[in-house]
Amino acid sequence: MEIVMAFVIGIMVAGSVYLLLSRNLLRVLFGVILLSNAVNLVILTVGGLTLGLPPLIGPEAKVLEAPYSNPLPQALILTAIVIGFGLLSFALVLVYRGYQELGTLDSDRMRVAEPCDPAEMPAPVGEPAKTREAA
Amino acid sequence: MLTAVLAIFVLAALAPTVHRMTPSFSHWLLALVPAAITVWFATFLGPVGAGEVVTQSIPWIPTLGVELAFRLDGLSLLFALLITGIGTFIVIYSGGYLHGHEHQGRFYLFIIAFMGAMLGLVLADDIITLFVFWELTSITSFLLIGFNHEDASSRRSAVQALLVTAFGGLALLAGLVLLGIAAGSFTLSGIEASGIDIRAHALYLPILVLILLGAFTKSAQVPFHFWLPNAMDAPTPVSAYLHSATMVKAGVYLLARMNPTLGATEVWTITLAAFGTVTALWGGLMALRSTDLKKVLAYTTLMALGTLVMLVGLGTEYAMKAYAVFLLAHSLYKGALFMGAGSVDHGTGTRDVRELSGLWQKMKITGVFIALAALSMAGLPPFFGFIGKEFMYEGMLQAGTLGLLVVAGMVIANATMLGAAGLVFWKPFTGQPSEAAEHAHEGGPSLWLGPAVLASLGLALGLGAIPHEGLGEGLLGAVATSLKGEAAKVDLYLWHGLTPALGISVVTIALGLGMFLGLGGVKRGLDGLARASRVNVDAAWDHVLAGLNAVAVAVTRATQTGKLRDYMVWTFTGITLMLGGTLLLRDGILLPREMPETSYLGIFMAALMVVGTIGTILAFSRLAAIVSLSVVGLSIAMFFLVYGAPDVGITQLMVETLTVIIIVLVLAKLPAFRKGEDGTGGERARNGAIAVAMGAVTTAILLAVIAVPYELDLTRYFAEQSYVGGYGRNVVNVILVDFRAFDTLGEVTVVAVAGLGVLALLKARMGRTRTGSQAGGDQP
Repeated sequence: MEIVMAFVIGIMVAGSVYLLLSRNLLRVLFGVILLSNAVNLVILTVGGLTLGLPPLIGPEAKVLEAPYSNPLPQALILTAIVIGFGLLSFALVLVYRGYQELGTLDSDRMRVAEPCDPAEMPAPVGEPAKTREAA
Repeated sequence: MLTAVLAIFVLAALAPTVHRMTPSFSHWLLALVPAAITVWFATFLGPVGAGEVVTQSIPWIPTLGVELAFRLDGLSLLFALLITGIGTFIVIYSGGYLHGHEHQGRFYLFIIAFMGAMLGLVLADDIITLFVFWELTSITSFLLIGFNHEDASSRRSAVQALLVTAFGGLALLAGLVLLGIAAGSFTLSGIEASGIDIRAHALYLPILVLILLGAFTKSAQVPFHFWLPNAMDAPTPVSAYLHSATMVKAGVYLLARMNPTLGATEVWTITLAAFGTVTALWGGLMALRSTDLKKVLAYTTLMALGTLVMLVGLGTEYAMKAYAVFLLAHSLYKGALFMGAGSVDHGTGTRDVRELSGLWQKMKITGVFIALAALSMAGLPPFFGFIGKEFMYEGMLQAGTLGLLVVAGMVIANATMLGAAGLVFWKPFTGQPSEAAEHAHEGGPSLWLGPAVLASLGLALGLGAIPHEGLGEGLLGAVATSLKGEAAKVDLYLWHGLTPALGISVVTIALGLGMFLGLGGVKRGLDGLARASRVNVDAAWDHVLAGLNAVAVAVTRATQTGKLRDYMVWTFTGITLMLGGTLLLRDGILLPREMPETSYLGIFMAALMVVGTIGTILAFSRLAAIVSLSVVGLSIAMFFLVYGAPDVGITQLMVETLTVIIIVLVLAKLPAFRKGEDGTGGERARNGAIAVAMGAVTTAILLAVIAVPYELDLTRYFAEQSYVGGYGRNVVNVILVDFRAFDTLGEVTVVAVAGLGVLALLKARMGRTRTGSQAGGDQP
């Protein structure tokens, strides 16, 4: 199963990188979500996959009896999921506020920090040039 | 010694405050500390003169083997005395010269900090310590040259000096590190004692070139000489102190230090003698051509620096002695002359020799001491400069054929000193008072005390007021010993019979007189020469800087496009290449040998993840994309559940649900996707290629990791200790709240901070209205 997951994770990473390279920040955000999911899977996979058998100690036992699924990656993933959620919320609000302030989700046209000549400003995607002039 | 250096730095820090509290006599107060340190160093004259070497060492960065190691031998002691002694007078002089200047306190801070750095430099035994102080002198020099920062030319000169010397400093660092590696020791004394012959080492040439670069830039040897005359934009006390008596001698000091280790090879001798002589000759000739008193002195300083370099290069016994004598003589007369020139500037408002004459009536005191110092510079008996020059000629005559070549250059260079001496004394002080001289006035004691003491010392030492035997066998002998690496003593004398050296001296003096009398003709001849060189080097400097700027602009334009996508492209390409490259080069590509078990349930979830991923990319509507995303998220949650991670699965489920809800809520206020938002066709292909490469590298790494047996020590520890040590039956939970509790605390903090950030972002209004609606325009 680990080998299958290695390929699945590869596909997810490829998909997330493609989204991260988009001009639309919402798509970039989707890329972030996909990437953090892929990374969580990486942690689980490299710790070894065991079907069933959650790491719980039975009522009579004092120690966890093998076989059991590896608890350490699980603990790490729990942390990672929560942190990932924190990151996502912040990024989402950032995108949202950015849109409110700048009126665009196009990262090419967000030039407050690194201003450029108005003439060099990339044209909005999928919008005829005349709309810009009218504004 | 550390105390002395630290005391000066502390004094520097306090100087502005002291000046604010006692503006009228702060310079006298501030001078007390360097004066006391001078006296303290003077107490070492006896033991060091007798051949003793005082050392002190304090661990600094023990892990790197860097120590604050100090060593006081003859060479260090002479420099230390010059630095603190002349420094004392400079501080006093600054008080008079800059009286009432708005930033006088700041000036004290800079110049006293420089004093500390310079002192540390000459005392340092550890070569890293030496380098640190070396750079500190460059930085303080930059601050001092640029002291009149409103003046564009000051700023240019400051930057020029900084860049040239810092460039040399970097070369020096590389050279010193190589030297340390080659010798197996990072202290100067350790290198000398190691017994390893660096000259025969494979790294000798690189070490030599790098260290020479450092020394030549610092000591303004041709072709790095151009920054020194420009540095005369600094206030006069700075020129007197840094750019004649001390800092520019750091390079000469370093060469002398390195002489026992690197010297006496053919490369060393020829390089140093050639560069030194050319610099000396050039400096001397340019001095005659200049009309600004300070420029004249700056060029004579070049001449002196060149001479010292040449003497180290020749390496004969007399050359070493001459180095010691001339170093002392030059510091004395040059310090006095610079301060005197500053007083003239202060009293008349001009430094242009063409506008100055007949100052004698108005400025007698300054005149007397300038005269004394100028005579020493001219190398006339019975001044100390004469003795220095005699030694110089003896040293060159000892050096065989090369020496004779050098003599030819040096006779002219020394003759120009006589001419220059005439330029700074005879021309301004004699004759009919010029317009500028009419309202000239003498400065206070703070202005003439320094020149008086230094110039008188030049005469006194020449006449033997301090017995020649004591000085020669003591301090100067110890200096020669440091240079030579073996015991030497200097027999000072004024009259030594009819020797070839005396003959050359006579020729020199005659030539010098001739030059001064025929100055007009000499100048015209030199003008042509000058146009062909210094001006060009200086102008070339501007071209080099402009070129660097252009390169920087082009690189910035190309890499800093202001587009997030471009930065991401660079980042991912970089990651892919580095990881993939490492995998390929280090044989990192491994495949698991046996196929581990699979399960249909697992395969089904995995297939859903792939479908969801592809769906997210292909979805044209935002909602479809989110649905696809949640397909991925939910199948991952199920995957966790199936593979024995119920806690993780449940958390994933909750987070996934929350994520989708929040995104959908926000989505209502954001514009829809448009076609072409992933870029043009070409860009999409490029992005796709990068994405696929990145995914492939990830898969390759994962496969390699899986191929290696699992390391389960930690897991076993948790399995055994979870109930026994942590009293919990759910091992994952125990790990989170017990074994890794701090980690979890950190996680909670991150989430809390992210929450605060979200709140702040939502509350904040930038106070900036949207100008013109760009894309979309449907503000909620």
